[in-house]
Amino acid sequence: MRAESQTSSLRSRVNRQLQHGDMVFWIVSLLFAVLVVSLLFAIIAVTWHGSSGARHAFGLRFLYTSEWNPVSGQFGALPAIYGTVVSSIIALLFAAPLGVMIAVFLNTLCPMKLRLPLGMMVELLAAIPSVVYGMWGIFVFIPFFRDYISTPVSKTVGQAIPLFAGPVNVGRGLFVAGIILAIMILPTIAAISRDVMAVVPNSQREALLALGATRWEVIRHAELPYARAGIVGGMMLGLGRALGETMAATMVIGNTPQISSSLFQPATTAASLIASQLPNAGTALQSSALIYLALVLFLITLVANSIARMLVWRVSRTGQGA
Amino acid sequence: MAQATTMGRRYRRRVFVNRVMLTLTVVATALSIIPLVLIIFYVAKQGIGSISIDFLTKTFRPITFGSTSTGGGVLHAIVGSALIVGLSLLMATPIGIMAGIYLAEYPSNSASTVIRFCVDVLSAMPSIVVGVTAYVLIVQRSKSFSGVAGSVALVVLMVPIITRTTEEILRLVPQAAREAAVALGAPKWRTTLTVVLPMALSGVATGVLLAFARAAGETAPLLVTVLGNNNLTFDLFGPMQALPLLAYRYTEQPYQVLNQQAWGAAFILVVIVLGINIMVRITTRARSPR
Repeated sequence: MRAESQTSSLRSRVNRQLQHGDMVFWIVSLLFAVLVVSLLFAIIAVTWHGSSGARHAFGLRFLYTSEWNPVSGQFGALPAIYGTVVSSIIALLFAAPLGVMIAVFLNTLCPMKLRLPLGMMVELLAAIPSVVYGMWGIFVFIPFFRDYISTPVSKTVGQAIPLFAGPVNVGRGLFVAGIILAIMILPTIAAISRDVMAVVPNSQREALLALGATRWEVIRHAELPYARAGIVGGMMLGLGRALGETMAATMVIGNTPQISSSLFQPATTAASLIASQLPNAGTALQSSALIYLALVLFLITLVANSIARMLVWRVSRTGQGA
Repeated sequence: MAQATTMGRRYRRRVFVNRVMLTLTVVATALSIIPLVLIIFYVAKQGIGSISIDFLTKTFRPITFGSTSTGGGVLHAIVGSALIVGLSLLMATPIGIMAGIYLAEYPSNSASTVIRFCVDVLSAMPSIVVGVTAYVLIVQRSKSFSGVAGSVALVVLMVPIITRTTEEILRLVPQAAREAAVALGAPKWRTTLTVVLPMALSGVATGVLLAFARAAGETAPLLVTVLGNNNLTFDLFGPMQALPLLAYRYTEQPYQVLNQQAWGAAFILVVIVLGINIMVRITTRARSPR
């Protein structure tokens, strides 16, 4: 009897919901949400399918051979992967310490009145279109960097250390690309570090203050360790952005698929190789190889971003719970 | 610091380290503001000079080497950008808002976790990968570069921004508002569409605006889908020109005149993008003081 009344009440509930259109609305909104998910799977399926020609021709050899020659039909992605990874690591080396320092300043030292405008200015760096960074790099930063830094350095230090060897021609190269990327990912790292440091419980700070710690010691021994996972997550997110950045890298890196021992020499990244060659790819194999490269790039950024999300999520969860 | 002398060298060292590190944080912040100021200053300096009536109302005019005529303008790029971004806005807004409603208004379960994860992955997706997808799906099949392919690529970049802001802002609507509507006998969909959504409208509009700003400045996906076009065209099924695309192409040209026009295009982009971002930040902060 009880089961019967339950089923009848269930039925009337379903009826009621259908009548009022709630079911329909639920299904429609779910469909749109599923559509968003399917966008992601469409991207994976399309790049997987589109790259089949190159995957069959080169297999995993694509990842570690370094000849990129559209004329002879040889495609190896190693120079592009090398350029992507090295320029992003250079970017991270500059942006990570700066970003954390900015977060510390804005969270603890900055006068209240200045927090909003300064924080906004740092975040606005992320909003500037990347093509504008590229233009600024070409017309302003590269001439400056070539004349005052890379040329003198390559003539002195570069004689002994091949990492900084010349000749510096136009000035486009890996190192410049790394610096421009650093400016672009700085806001990401700063903003996330700021957020995770803000959830450090006051008791942590107070404990150290009670022991007579200086302000820096509180930051160094209470805030930074507590927020460490989140800060690393922010850095990984910045790394993900740098890995996938296209326009600024394309414009300042020199677009030469080569691996040079010197950071001042032109190179290429996966994204810039795709952007510069896909629109006028001569053969089906070349476009297929470029799509394969896009798939590889997607997988690399996916790994970096997944690690980042996990770290940030862990800190903000435990931070609020504590 | 009379205390310091009594407490000895160790204390003095700690105070010194404290000073140095805190100063370094100030230096770091200043260092990061400098590029922003430099870029904005340079874009404004170069850009304002090249903006004129001709610049905004004329299209590309071929340049003979050595000529100094400043004829020609970027009208074709403005029209192209407006059409491409407009079309993608029309597609992305309903998708993004409805997905956001699903995530905010229905109880969290494993499905919504998956959806949220996918939105996160999409929002961090390199824009060139999205462009490549649209290239394979549309350009390769139709054998023609087209504005539509560019719009589709931009939709993928806009949807995660709109979805996430919609979800966040709907969660801020007080539960009491929903309960009041339900108590009056409104079904859930009516509650959502006529009570919750209007209350959160300015926030949702914020998300749409931010997505628009992102799409307006995006270059890489357009490079492999829209290609570029020196003529004024309203045909979304053929190659078009767009402002960021034009800025990139003209920068790579050896002609001073075209470089100058590139700065003009960059200036328009920066004004739109920064204008929207500053406006959004000021209004949202004002509404929810922390």
